[in-house]
Amino acid sequence: MSNQYRNDFPLLRQGEGTEPLIYLDNAATSQKPESVLRVMEEYYRKYNANPHRGLYEISVKATEQYEQARRVTAEFINAKEEAEIIFTRNTTESLNLIAYSYGRSNLKEGDEILIPISEHHSNLLPWQQLAKEKGVILKYLYLDQKGALKEEELKEKLTKKTRILALAYVSNVLGTIYPVKDIIQKAHQVGAVVVLDCAQSIPHLPLDVQELEADFAVFSGHKMLGPMGIGVLYGKRELLEQMPPFLTGGEMIDYVGEQEASFAPLPQKFEAGTPNVGGAIGLMEAINYIKQVGYGQIAALEEELTAYALEGLKEIPHLTIYGEKAFTKNRCGVISFNLEGVHPHDTASILDADGVCIRAGHHCAQPLMRYLGLAASCRLSLYFYNTQEDIDALITSLKKVRRLLGLGN
Amino acid sequence: MGIETIYSEILMEHANSSHNKHHLAEASHTQRGVNPSCGDEIELELRIREGRIEDAAFIGSGCAISQASASIMIDLIKGKTVEEARKLADTFTGMIKNEIKDEKELDQLEDALALKDISHMPARVKCAVLGWHTLEKVVQD
Ligand SMILES: Cc1ncc(COP(=O)(O)O)c(C=O)c1O
Ligand SMILES: [Zn+2]
Repeated sequence: MSNQYRNDFPLLRQGEGTEPLIYLDNAATSQKPESVLRVMEEYYRKYNANPHRGLYEISVKATEQYEQARRVTAEFINAKEEAEIIFTRNTTESLNLIAYSYGRSNLKEGDEILIPISEHHSNLLPWQQLAKEKGVILKYLYLDQKGALKEEELKEKLTKKTRILALAYVSNVLGTIYPVKDIIQKAHQVGAVVVLDCAQSIPHLPLDVQELEADFAVFSGHKMLGPMGIGVLYGKRELLEQMPPFLTGGEMIDYVGEQEASFAPLPQKFEAGTPNVGGAIGLMEAINYIKQVGYGQIAALEEELTAYALEGLKEIPHLTIYGEKAFTKNRCGVISFNLEGVHPHDTASILDADGVCIRAGHHCAQPLMRYLGLAASCRLSLYFYNTQEDIDALITSLKKVRRLLGLGN
Repeated sequence: MGIETIYSEILMEHANSSHNKHHLAEASHTQRGVNPSCGDEIELELRIREGRIEDAAFIGSGCAISQASASIMIDLIKGKTVEEARKLADTFTGMIKNEIKDEKELDQLEDALALKDISHMPARVKCAVLGWHTLEKVVQD
């Protein structure tokens, strides 16, 4: 089965025929289509200039394109207005911004923050550190066997004391899709603010912040076909308005005196320093590319691949899949597994020799791994440009591993 | 075929055999080493008398490369003086960092030569040197 989109990705094309690259680490970062590379190169070749500053033509164009990227992003996630879109470096920076600015000015001793145990360190450490500093209590929601959240526990731990509920839309380890709409509603009933980490969802699932009523939503450009170094923070205007700046400096001011300053309105208030214009332009094109393919088509392709991968993995002796083992609508193409008696890093090295790229380790989710009783795991993660051949290559390679390590088959 | 060499039989013999993997009676030195990238862990136990490593063993868990390398190291340093062990450690790290040009110099590494190709696998270097770095911590003072 070939794939009509694959040709758009120069990195995936290299070595085709002789030494194909089997890229199955899309949860770490996605590959980039030609069009994204092209618009970025065009920016650097033809109108690279500092935005918001120069009074000359190319600076005006750079500014226009940067602001166009903001509009396109706002529309893409259905934000009410573009001023609610803050460009950052990545998901991690967006989450830190919320924890430092909103968290430190709104939470006080005895308040509670609630997060699932499955969170990426980027959606855990900012809250853990905030909790330590402010005497806030950080509580965890644990998972069932399939990686799902437990309703009972949510009911019990989500209380009037909960000021922030932060959670991933999709788990980067187990691939679980969480019922975020329902969770957000429950959180709002107790007056909690919800921070939605969409790093792993936005490459695969549409995001409508108004429909979900998310208070904050964050993601990285690089996991959704865009470049590294550009990330997004969406926040409801009324929240962003009352928050103090996170970083201060150039671009984010109105007036600066010797002893005091007044800050620019949204979104500039949160964008200190020269922004990543090339990155924003790349992100805008990535969004256009995703829109052209369509989330419906992305889901259709990935569902088929995920089901195929789960079937293939199940046939390998001594292989354990973690979380949801069957193909369901509640999971994405992120699959964690281990081969009995084999350290995941050895598996990854042996696969690498066959050109198969997967991730192995703790996936920046040490508390989850400890909860699952694992030191580490292998993880494959699919994107719509993968093929059944990619999965066949993975399976063939995996079947060699235990034999190569002298463990039989 | 680098990977096949590395995971060759010598390596597997060591990784899967328990002959060096146990606690040592009357250890004079115990040293822990960890490799945060894989989560590899070892505890190296040495019995050093009058400047000579009389016996050595380790316990630990982790990837095949880290455990095999530690086990091969122990075979190599048993009976050697502390000074000789230190030199072997230098040679081993020199090999892994691709700094030793004179192939003859590497001969003294015996079975540990099987790990030479790790120098082309930057992601696994820390695994290969874990045992040796742990040893260095003991013999340096
Ligand atoms: C769920 C989740 N949150 C946050 C992050 C952090 O993303 P970034 O490294 O781009 O800041 C990741 C990326 O690995 C992730 O999977
Ligand atoms: Zn290792």
